[in-house]
Amino acid sequence: MLIDAQNIHKSFATQDGPLPVLRGVDLQLDKGETLALTGESGSGKSTLLYLIAGLDSVDDGTISVAGRQVHGLDDQGRAELRRETVGIVFQQFNLIPSLTVGDNLTFHARLAGRENEAWTAELAERLGLTDFLRRYPEQLSGGQQQRVAIGRALAGRPKVVLADEPTGNLDEETGEQVAQLLLDLVRDTGAGLLVVTHSLRLANRLNKRVHLANGKLA
Amino acid sequence: MSVRFLAAFALACWLPVAALAQGFGGLGTTSEGYAVPSPDGTISFPADHAAHPDYRIEWWYVTANMTGPDGTPYGLQWTLFRSAFRPDGKPGSQFWMGHAAVTTPDKHFVAERRARGGIGQADVDVEPFNAFIDDWALKADEGRDIDRVSMAASGADFAFYVKLIAQGPLVLQGINGYSRKSESGTASYYYSQPAYALKGTLKLPSGDVAVTGSAWLDREWSSQPLSGGQRGWDWFSLSFEDGHKMMAFQLREAEGKSFTSATWITPQGDPTPIDNGELQLEPLAISDVGGRDVPTSWRLRLPSRDVDVTVEALNTQAWMATSIPYWEGPVTVSGNRKGRGYLEMTGYDRPDG
Amino acid sequence: MRGFQSALSALLSHWRRRPGQFVTLVLGLSLATALWTAVQAINSEARSSYDRAANQVAGADRATLEKADGGAISMGDFVRLRRAGWLVTTVLEGRLQRGRVIIRIVGIDPLTSSAGPLNFEGGSAETPYEIQDFIGQNGLALAAPETIAELDGVPNLPRLIPQEGLPPRTLTVDIAAAQALLQRPDAVSRLVLLDPQPVGAAPLGDIAPDLTRVEPQTGQDLARLTDSFHLNLTAFGLLTFAVGLFIVHGTIGLAFEQRRVMFRTLRVLGVSLKQLVVALVVELAALAVLAGTVGVLLGSVLATLLLPNVADTLRDLYGAQVSGSLGWRADWWASGIAIALLGTAIAAAGSLWRIRSMPILASAQPRAWAMVSSKTLVMQAVSGFVFLGLAAVLLGLASGIVAAFIIIALVLVGSALLLPPLANRLLDFGQSLARRAGAGATAQWFWADTRQQIPGLSLALMALLLALAANIGVGTMVGSFRTTFVGWLDQRLAAEFYVNARDGQQGEKLKIWLQTRTDAVLPIVETEATLDGRKGAIFGVANHATYRDNWPLLERTPQVWDEVARGEGLLVNEQFARRSGLSLGDEISAAGLPPTPIAGVYSDYGNPAPQVMVGLSKFSALFPNIPQQRFGVRVPPERVEALKNEISAEFGIEERSMIDQSAIKDLSLSVFERTFRVTDALNVLTLAVAGFAIFTSLLTLATMRVPQLAPVWALGLTQRRLAALELARTAILALVTVVLAVPVGLALAWLLLAVLNVEAFGWRIPMQVFVGDWLRLGLLALLAALLAAAIPARRMAAMAPADLVKVFSHER
Repeated sequence: MLIDAQNIHKSFATQDGPLPVLRGVDLQLDKGETLALTGESGSGKSTLLYLIAGLDSVDDGTISVAGRQVHGLDDQGRAELRRETVGIVFQQFNLIPSLTVGDNLTFHARLAGRENEAWTAELAERLGLTDFLRRYPEQLSGGQQQRVAIGRALAGRPKVVLADEPTGNLDEETGEQVAQLLLDLVRDTGAGLLVVTHSLRLANRLNKRVHLANGKLA
Repeated sequence: MSVRFLAAFALACWLPVAALAQGFGGLGTTSEGYAVPSPDGTISFPADHAAHPDYRIEWWYVTANMTGPDGTPYGLQWTLFRSAFRPDGKPGSQFWMGHAAVTTPDKHFVAERRARGGIGQADVDVEPFNAFIDDWALKADEGRDIDRVSMAASGADFAFYVKLIAQGPLVLQGINGYSRKSESGTASYYYSQPAYALKGTLKLPSGDVAVTGSAWLDREWSSQPLSGGQRGWDWFSLSFEDGHKMMAFQLREAEGKSFTSATWITPQGDPTPIDNGELQLEPLAISDVGGRDVPTSWRLRLPSRDVDVTVEALNTQAWMATSIPYWEGPVTVSGNRKGRGYLEMTGYDRPDG
Repeated sequence: MRGFQSALSALLSHWRRRPGQFVTLVLGLSLATALWTAVQAINSEARSSYDRAANQVAGADRATLEKADGGAISMGDFVRLRRAGWLVTTVLEGRLQRGRVIIRIVGIDPLTSSAGPLNFEGGSAETPYEIQDFIGQNGLALAAPETIAELDGVPNLPRLIPQEGLPPRTLTVDIAAAQALLQRPDAVSRLVLLDPQPVGAAPLGDIAPDLTRVEPQTGQDLARLTDSFHLNLTAFGLLTFAVGLFIVHGTIGLAFEQRRVMFRTLRVLGVSLKQLVVALVVELAALAVLAGTVGVLLGSVLATLLLPNVADTLRDLYGAQVSGSLGWRADWWASGIAIALLGTAIAAAGSLWRIRSMPILASAQPRAWAMVSSKTLVMQAVSGFVFLGLAAVLLGLASGIVAAFIIIALVLVGSALLLPPLANRLLDFGQSLARRAGAGATAQWFWADTRQQIPGLSLALMALLLALAANIGVGTMVGSFRTTFVGWLDQRLAAEFYVNARDGQQGEKLKIWLQTRTDAVLPIVETEATLDGRKGAIFGVANHATYRDNWPLLERTPQVWDEVARGEGLLVNEQFARRSGLSLGDEISAAGLPPTPIAGVYSDYGNPAPQVMVGLSKFSALFPNIPQQRFGVRVPPERVEALKNEISAEFGIEERSMIDQSAIKDLSLSVFERTFRVTDALNVLTLAVAGFAIFTSLLTLATMRVPQLAPVWALGLTQRRLAALELARTAILALVTVVLAVPVGLALAWLLLAVLNVEAFGWRIPMQVFVGDWLRLGLLALLAALLAAAIPARRMAAMAPADLVKVFSHER
């Protein structure tokens, strides 16, 4: 079991008191499995992904990722999880603007101490980035930037890849291409993939699909 | 005396370091404009007790061997140097320096005074005789000449007041007072009073000491003291128990050679000059004097006068830490003649001082 | 560790992409450090000069023998003491005028002074000299290399030999040479007692009963005397450093804002908060050390440029000899780097704290850090008033230089804090005016938006306010001082020319000779005296209309001059009266001066020492040994030249012993101008630093302005018009700051003139206002602000529409 989330509760403080977003969510992902997490805007699907990624902490419930307890970890522990166990792809790409494409690509792997030149080169090749390695992110199109982000997430061969609306900022055709690359690469590395998306087209291409509504999975 | 020459020289140029670097600013080898001693010159008294400002350098130099009430031996030195800045003979062109020292078996006290000429701070008068710098003076007693003088000097931690009474005549050194200093003919005028009886008081940190003893006055003036290559000087004034006295020196030259000279003086004060080469000097012991190697024990031989003696410093640390440093202190004489005296050594300051 | 390194390299990569920002940050911090270092270097140099002065051969650190009646000692006295066994050495000091140059001559006797700093090993290989070249009337002179450079081309001087470590504008010569140069044959200023004295010398009283032993004036005394001056400089250094800090704060804030996205990404990718903070601290420390080093270098250059003026000032005001060239000292190097680190820490503390508390999932968009709530404005206003209130309380209760500085600091900080709320108020007023006047939507938006910029620009505006206030304050002080000083010189130097006789005998003859040929001969006699524990002087003043009509009296009894003439009253100078708390009618006494009531107080600028003036006849009765040698002479100005020639022919008195009024005035004014040139220079630099602060703040804001401006542009304003409005906005904010700076500056001037100067110098100078200067300064500030705004404005005008559109497409 790569991801095992049990009975997750999470609420946010608002002016009118706490707003519960997740109310007892259970979610599992097996090795080599790809899972789509869909839901309306504000349904809490991104929140669930962030909790699994160790970007935020649960109010209640337990999460383990690749055998590591995530809930109850301190900042240091969660940073370690993000560094070594998961790869994350965001809707906004979140590249480091002052680093070149090449440096961005290897950045996460270097953080994890798992840089592998051959693998990086293969990634660049397959993502069609070989000619852009010395450019800066702002000089790339959105689709290209997202391909860099996918490459960055996979360069360290994480056990789990988490993607938050990876095609949300891209046009349909580009989104299609990027999604295909993501799926192909995940499959080749044998990682598990959890994708938050509201795109049914993307969701349909994954092994499984769960829907989040009213704070629970359906 | 080499010391004295060197001292006076360095005074004249004053910049010991710079001066040496330039061979004493050229002064060491030339005496241009100054009078030069001549073998035909005559010395007359009391006129020659006074300063000779047309010569470059000159001194009034007294050393004494003394004994305290408890038999402790002491030595003292009183010196007035004159050095001319310019050969014009004017008082304002003269530079004066006084050195005083008292040596005990374990202590050595030194003081120095300096003055310019022409303002009355230092000078030498005759009739009556008075050589002075500041409150230091070598001064004839009321109605007397140089044969009966009072001598005083003081430093930060010592002082002395003594009376000297001549026991014999003035002695002309060399040939009628013309004293050669090298083969090449450099020379000085030189006379001495080697036989003063001394009585007086030393003021030391430990208290006043009444002393008696004997003193030796040297008077010397010249303009061309050192010949090239002479590096230092070992000078002895010795009084033997049988009444004979001897002045002896060697000027050390390069490659272990030296120029020697001596005067044999009978108890009646009759001098005989001893030629170069006859005097034999051999250092016996080297002392560490503030990091310098100084020979403070010598074997001295003068076969023609049946002299074969060992001369040893009373206090090996008698270093004169003055503007121009040198070693000067009382010595005891043993061997086939016994006695005491004074030893002065220059050229032992490191490395070329 | 690996995470830390990667994070650090990612952080640093930002600077590679934004070299301009990097330069701004380093430059801002360097400038701040430079000003601080310059002041430290100057102070440090001056202090070490005092110590050196204390070790001078002239024997400032040794007890001396001086004539009880203040007259000259003779060489005979010297010889008499030496022959009696006293170890003394001669010093003759005097001033020599050669053209407009005044040189201090120190004559010594190298033969009797114990070693001392004189080095007879010669200046250099090219100029070997020996002791005999030094001794004698025509001996050479030793001088500091910079002095020799300064005296290049001055005629009738001895041969000069350079020697390091000698005091500036001073020739060290043989005593005989000094006597010849100063035309004081046989004269000795003082005899320095050497240490240790030999045993057994006769008591001094038996040998020289007319000499008194004077204990040494130590370097510490001099340091204390000049403390106020250095305190002044230090305060200036701190002020400019504070202004510089605003820049650093601005650029560091900008760098942090621009990297918020990166910080978040780094953390998402697994860099822990601790690693991130440590990496940022390391980055900042490295920047601070770099900027500190640059700053120290800049500062030493600045100090080198300013030091000669400071040296002149210190000498003219206090007689302190300070070397005009800068040594290389570890203390101000260390202090420069330390202050750069400290400044960076202060400037970055807030930003770092925000990173610490930044939630990992917060919006990564640059936060509207500039948006400050009205609560902040209220807090600023309240604390501003508290500071000003504290200043007012201190003013009433405390005294002393330190208190004066604290008051000044409180006023400046309080005023700076009040600036944003006040500006806000003013703009609010402008907005309501615009509304009431039925102004269009654009105008309305303009006012509202301008108001909104205040928080973001407030630090820069505060820096500008402080710089402007300092300028106005110091300018007013200097201007007031100058006006007062010039008027005072006119009064004080009423006689057409002044002549010095060689000695008392010649003085008598000269006086009689002059009486028949001039309108009046006014003897000037003085003697040193200890007045209320301080070294000062007693003067004798002739009973003459010249004084009645001209002498600048601040307070007086109705019959002041009659009382002084009859010996029933005396005059004291202002600094004496203030320091000792004296007023009319109080009785003054000193050695040789019986208690006499004060009949008047006169102003006496440029001199920190206490003075007393008594009637001439009384002076002669009290100090019969002091001869009349100096005279002020009243003649029609056109007769001055002819009279000088006659005196010269009759008495052989040289030109240099006759100084006419205009020459003294020129000299005094040049001294004065030099005194304040340092202040001027620091002033200009402070303003420049403030301008730089505005520039960086505007640049910071500009990056955040696009989203604010884009909607207005979309609603139908051209880019050009928007750019013009941006310029106008900056101009208005600068103008508001200038207007508010004027009262702050005047308050500062008042504090400087009425509080600090009185504490530091003992003078109070009436304040005068120079409106023209404010206008010029205001224009300058406006210009600086507009220049600073021009770059962002131009960028706005030239921005591609697509970039503006992006604001909408990217916004979530």
